[in-house]
Amino acid sequence: MENDILDILENNNKPLTNEQIAQMIGSTEEEVAKIIKGLEKENIIVGYKTMINWEKTDKELVTAIIELRISPQRGEGFDKVAEKIYKYSQVKSLYLMSGSYDLCVIIEGRSMKDVALFVASKLAPMDNVLNTATSFVLKKYKDDGMIFYNDEEDSRQVITL
Amino acid sequence: MMDYEKILTKSIQSIAPSGIRKFFDVVATMEDAISLGVGEPDFVTPWPIREAGIYSLEKGRTYYTANAGLMELRQEICNYTNRKYGISYDAKSEVLVTVGGSEAIDLMIRCVVTPGDEVIIPEPSFVCYKPCTQMSGGVPVVIETKEEDNFRLTPRQLREKITDRTKLLILPFPNNPTGAVMSKKDLEAIAEVLRGTDIMVLSDEIYGELRYDDEGHTPFSAIDGMRERTVVVNGFSKAFAMTGWRLGYAMGPAPVIKQMLKLHQYGIMSSPTTSQFAAIEALRSCDKETEKMRQEYNYRRRYIVDGFRSMGLSCFEPLGAFYVFPCIKSMGMTSEEFANRLLQEEKVAVVPGTAFGPCGEGFIRCSYAYSINSIEEALSRISKFAKNHKSV
Repeated sequence: MENDILDILENNNKPLTNEQIAQMIGSTEEEVAKIIKGLEKENIIVGYKTMINWEKTDKELVTAIIELRISPQRGEGFDKVAEKIYKYSQVKSLYLMSGSYDLCVIIEGRSMKDVALFVASKLAPMDNVLNTATSFVLKKYKDDGMIFYNDEEDSRQVITL
Repeated sequence: MMDYEKILTKSIQSIAPSGIRKFFDVVATMEDAISLGVGEPDFVTPWPIREAGIYSLEKGRTYYTANAGLMELRQEICNYTNRKYGISYDAKSEVLVTVGGSEAIDLMIRCVVTPGDEVIIPEPSFVCYKPCTQMSGGVPVVIETKEEDNFRLTPRQLREKITDRTKLLILPFPNNPTGAVMSKKDLEAIAEVLRGTDIMVLSDEIYGELRYDDEGHTPFSAIDGMRERTVVVNGFSKAFAMTGWRLGYAMGPAPVIKQMLKLHQYGIMSSPTTSQFAAIEALRSCDKETEKMRQEYNYRRRYIVDGFRSMGLSCFEPLGAFYVFPCIKSMGMTSEEFANRLLQEEKVAVVPGTAFGPCGEGFIRCSYAYSINSIEEALSRISKFAKNHKSV
């Protein structure tokens, strides 16, 4: 039942009420509320958000992906460095990677200069950071499973038997 | 002046055009109506399948295939059937790839029905069995399935309708429009009636993959002793969301398939090549996609059944396909009146039960091949309509 609820919450763009979810999985509103509360408490449901295509608004926003190579700290591996990085509010996502670099930092800023300054003043000078490589996102086609330019509409015949 | 009435055959002219054609025409003109009338998935064909079709075009695979279908596809159909249901068919002699499940139905009926033969058709059901029977000069013998029997075909009903002229039984389960299914036990009971007769069975299992109970689907040919008399019809339209690709198949005893192949060969030649290549990919690697769609239908199914029930309409719980068949008798209107007025007053399109046989009177068919948000909106309008009219 837990997975059903997560599945529904993840895949439905308009927030559903507990009552609706209960109907969909054949349960009661109270039970769904209880399960969701539990999932939130265990941090399985980490938060709720709405996907927004900022490119269609007048808000100035740039996204950059920064590859960091790190020398891990004795006894603490990468976690301590990671913590120092993700505490910045500009950092949208942070992943530990396999391959040719160690940390993948996704940053949002008002302008390229804004992002570049952040990298130069905050990330690059950190003790354990060996080098950085910044790439800017030019266009988002799909983010977190959502296609940003979806023009598929329902073209089915209105009635078919 | 050509006298077309004289020129055109009696049999085609005697087939009545669907009585609710007029209603459909009205629906088509109403652009802002929400429709629950569609008999096909709202999902687009999963991308790997589309991509396989595109790739076959890029490679220039634009030729005819073998009349029975690409050998590779027939083999995949056999593998799939074996993997899913544990029955084995011979790809070479027992499988025929057709233009949708509908073609397979037409072929099978034409190959076994001669003038005067009786064909038993449970109703409410999909609309093609009767006309196909009539075109062969056969006599449709309708069995009305009942809500109190969960719209299943009962052995008692079947026994009552069998005569020495009975040639063929149509088994349309999971059922469009009721969503009814036959459990393995139900099928055993039907098989028991058929044993010892030479009645053939056309089992239309196009919705077989869309079952929502734990038991799951059992092809009729899997029942002891039924394989020799059964042609199973299935296809890609519903489970793989491939309606527009027009691809189905029939599996049955080699002598029957052999004759069906002749008709197919002269009438069709071979099924669309692009679709066949796409279908290979569908069977090989899309179990996950189809399961995801099934799960999504299941959520909506529960939601919409609950929605109708909380309006105070009685709604049979469907365990297959993607339709609900709520009863509207308490509204004091015929199915057609209900559908017409609902369309005019609240702009929601549903299909009157009578489109699927006279015994569909008192019911409407609603499809849940729509997003939850559309279903929510449609339900709230229907609920308003029901409240406004519940005087009796």
